[in-house]
Amino acid sequence: MVGESPMIAKLWFLLPEIILFVAAVTVSVMGLSPNRRLRDAVPVVVCLALGVAMVATPVIYGGERVDETLLMPWLGLYVKMLVCGVGIFLTLLSIKLIDRRMEEAITMGQTKFDPLRVNRGEFFAFMLLSLIGIMLCSTANDLIWLFLALELTSLPTYIMVAMSRMRRMGQEAAMKYFFLGAMSTAVLLYGFALLYGSAGTIILTEMVDVFAAQAADGGINTLGLVGMILVVLGLAFKLAAAPMHFYAADVYEGAASPVTAFLAFAPKAAGVLSLILVLATMGWSGHYDYDQPGLPQPVLIVLWMVAVLTMTLGNIGALLQRSAKRVLAYSSIAHSGYLLIGVIAGPEFFGVQAVLFYLLAYGVMNTAAFGVLAALERRGTEIESMDDLVGLRHRHPAMAVVMAVAALSLIGLPPLLGFWGKLYLFIAGIEAGHVPLIIIAAINSAISAWYYLKLAGLPTLFDPTPQTETIENRPTIWPRVSAVALAVLIVVLPLPYLIGQIESLIARSAEIEVVERDASGHHGDAAARDKLARRD
Amino acid sequence: MAPLSLMLIPLLGAVAVVLSPARLAHWIALAATTVTFIVSVILAAAFGEWGGDGFGLVWQVAWLEQFGVSLSFGADSVSMLLVLLTTLTMPLCVWGSFTAITDRVKEYYAWLLVLAAAMAGVFLARDLIFFYICFEFTLIPMFFLIAIYGGANRDRASTKFFLYTFAGSVIALAGLIYIAFRHAGLAGEWTFDIGMLTAFAASELSAGEQSWLLLALMIGFAVKVPLFPVHTWLPLAHTEAPTAGSVILAAILLKLGTYGLYRFVLPMLPEAVVAYAPFIAVLAIIGILYAALICWVQSDIKKLIAYSSVSHLGFCVLGLFALNPLGVQGSVLYMINHGLSTGALFFCIGMIYERFHTRDMDRMSGLAKTMPVWAFFMVFFTLSSVGLPGLNGFVSEFLCLVGAFTATADNISYPGVLGPWYAAFAGLGMIIAAMYLLIMLGKVVFGPVREPSVDHEGHHASLPKDLSAREIGILVPLAILCLYLGFQPKVLTDAMDGSIKTALSAYPAVVEEHHRQELAEDNAPDAEMMTWMTPARFDGTLPDFALDLGDAADGR
Repeated sequence: MVGESPMIAKLWFLLPEIILFVAAVTVSVMGLSPNRRLRDAVPVVVCLALGVAMVATPVIYGGERVDETLLMPWLGLYVKMLVCGVGIFLTLLSIKLIDRRMEEAITMGQTKFDPLRVNRGEFFAFMLLSLIGIMLCSTANDLIWLFLALELTSLPTYIMVAMSRMRRMGQEAAMKYFFLGAMSTAVLLYGFALLYGSAGTIILTEMVDVFAAQAADGGINTLGLVGMILVVLGLAFKLAAAPMHFYAADVYEGAASPVTAFLAFAPKAAGVLSLILVLATMGWSGHYDYDQPGLPQPVLIVLWMVAVLTMTLGNIGALLQRSAKRVLAYSSIAHSGYLLIGVIAGPEFFGVQAVLFYLLAYGVMNTAAFGVLAALERRGTEIESMDDLVGLRHRHPAMAVVMAVAALSLIGLPPLLGFWGKLYLFIAGIEAGHVPLIIIAAINSAISAWYYLKLAGLPTLFDPTPQTETIENRPTIWPRVSAVALAVLIVVLPLPYLIGQIESLIARSAEIEVVERDASGHHGDAAARDKLARRD
Repeated sequence: MAPLSLMLIPLLGAVAVVLSPARLAHWIALAATTVTFIVSVILAAAFGEWGGDGFGLVWQVAWLEQFGVSLSFGADSVSMLLVLLTTLTMPLCVWGSFTAITDRVKEYYAWLLVLAAAMAGVFLARDLIFFYICFEFTLIPMFFLIAIYGGANRDRASTKFFLYTFAGSVIALAGLIYIAFRHAGLAGEWTFDIGMLTAFAASELSAGEQSWLLLALMIGFAVKVPLFPVHTWLPLAHTEAPTAGSVILAAILLKLGTYGLYRFVLPMLPEAVVAYAPFIAVLAIIGILYAALICWVQSDIKKLIAYSSVSHLGFCVLGLFALNPLGVQGSVLYMINHGLSTGALFFCIGMIYERFHTRDMDRMSGLAKTMPVWAFFMVFFTLSSVGLPGLNGFVSEFLCLVGAFTATADNISYPGVLGPWYAAFAGLGMIIAAMYLLIMLGKVVFGPVREPSVDHEGHHASLPKDLSAREIGILVPLAILCLYLGFQPKVLTDAMDGSIKTALSAYPAVVEEHHRQELAEDNAPDAEMMTWMTPARFDGTLPDFALDLGDAADGR
């Protein structure tokens, strides 16, 4: 970016976020309009903004422009497109969720419009802000930015949970989520502080150099390692990974299904991206111990334990549930465990690529599964129990099929999208030499087949019970459209040409670049480190 | 494109079935499967590799380039035979379901067609991931076929079927990826091409790695075969599945397991196979005898045939692990013959079930008098299954046993690690098979006439007392093939010869090496042990570790 000020350059790459931010401000005002048309147009504006941002991203990242100040300069390219894409589906799921009673009452003339009592504009604005948070994570280059981006992702979700259901359950879930989130944030911040104490800088690219120098000089100091472990634990909350996973089932159950779908995607994506960025400062190429490739040993052990515990507890927890929402909550915990395999494997062995691909696969199939729950209701309340799904095919054949496709894809059954995600992760894990971890993951996949099979089978195989005959569509078509479109994506994305396109996008985005920035010797040992990273 | 058509025609047929009205579904399905069969026969007639060891029908398109995954087709003679078996079975299955399936008809035929495409894909795949995709994908249609159209216990049967096979094959996938990973490490580039990986694995992997991989792959394929300790899903699935489902399971899906053993385990992991062949053979023999004994006490006729499948597939595995051309020929032949005769038996039982709605042998007897045509086919296929000389079962069973019998260390061209004892015990299975199958015939076909009292549902309105022309039409081609292959097995054994020799190419050397090492170990027992055992060593000096102990004691 010669000839342009760094500020302009930075803003250029933040253009998608800026578009979304403008939209967020717009919809928060539109939601207060007494004109019903304008209020109903809120989701349309949100979708349009997300669509524009999605299309704009490859243009912005096209050509040879690159934000050289970042550790992973291309990461934003894929992440922003992914977030906007999934965001559109999540928005469609949430249409007519907020203020439904209120709007109905206004239509029937029972009450007048009262700007103090409507929430729709805020809800979608918060949703956009949360999505912006994930996108900002991908362009972070210092711990403060990263922290703010993470909080920008999380804070709106607390409010969205509370707003989504005007019942005690929603409030309870939101409070639980908020307090536990605050605690985990404290842990995370403490970890950041220790990392700063160890490295003396908060700039990620500089931390890389410092830790490399430390490692060459007898090993990364304990302060940094303890800090890193605390960061892992703090981010485990965002990922809903053990040992910080226990909130997930309760919170997911308490929130309305569209919001649950959002919760299962947004904080997880932000968390895993942050984890990759922070871990990249210590590197996967043996900075701690030159004989041992991979992350510094203590961090590796912690991540290993977290991954194994997360998949196992998630899957076993899911076996014991009666509520479909809780099953999906535990399943999303288990999927965090799978994601961590890629994190452990690292960029050298396609690990980061695997994570990025899995985020797409998980986002699509998990949202599709929640989409089915979000598209249906019984007399105005949402369906939750597994029993509600029995014989869904009779009155809602499309939703039954979507649920079956999503569940089979979540198992990882070929040729659906979930299979390719797992294949990527398995290849990464095996290539990085973590064969036992892959065996554990394979056994976990087998365990998970049991409950996913129930999710796939109950709606499609059985005859409906009186209980399911009372289930109706939500009074809007868009959640159904969204669910069906996602199911189509599950089937279509693995086709040879499309998967090749995704693959090339990911391959570029996962690059961790070490750029020679100036002659001041800041990156003097970059070449040496590079050589180390490409050890064969 | 030619091989792709074998998958595309059924898939397009499935789409057509879904889109068209239900009353046309079965005709569309029949047309699609028949066309597939005709195409496959044309392809087989033009196939240039009969008797050779190369691959025909090669066609490829890139899929996931980074890892060298491609949509890659190709068939050697063995795969081509199994493709023919598949395409022949499918139209018969569709035809056989005309009267049996009355509810959710469209779905049924759509799943059958999807299943046909997946099974053809398994046999035609030349890419590991593509193979695995088709291999796993057979689970979904079969799961739905059992779970929707099955018998009273269908929930349990379908779930158990799915979980067993899925759990096994995930582990197998990890093993297969490991092979590709090791290849990538040496070649510097990822590929999942089966030919390249086979050549690589056989020559470059250490014995230890091969043993672990053997464990992983055996877990995957043995469940599918099914081999003795993991066979428990099969009787349940077979019994509960609708007739066409049972036929497909017996005729083709079980063969996916043995085909996997033939295509991957034998050529890829020679050292481990030689080391563990006796163990696997013992499992196979236990399966043969144990399942045969269970058959003896069955009163459910469908369950009896299901267990007899377990028993028969034991011969198949035994033949494979004889590691000589005779045994492997017998085994591959058995895959086809078992498909024909057991498939036909399931058809026969299905026809009875459609009429009487029971599978209980104690409730029917003497059906030869009321249903002579049916009785003829039943006796015919049972004798084929027993292994009556002149019918197809005999040849393959005999070859498997001869293969195992001659798989001794002193066999000149193909030394093996089994021997006469293995053949003798497996041979017992043949005798028991004759007993239980003939007892079944005696109960059901002969004796005083006793038809099950037909309850509320009564005879199926459109079914005559004895077989209809449609039902005879299904059984006749199978019967003709059974007879023909009984007299002319050479047609097939000659055709598959080249492929089998290639699969076994590494073995004589590896087996000899194995025996040489064993011999060396026998002749020179552990030196340490020997010195310990001889009293002359007790001359005051203690063995190393004893010295260590002594030091510790002194130091205290």
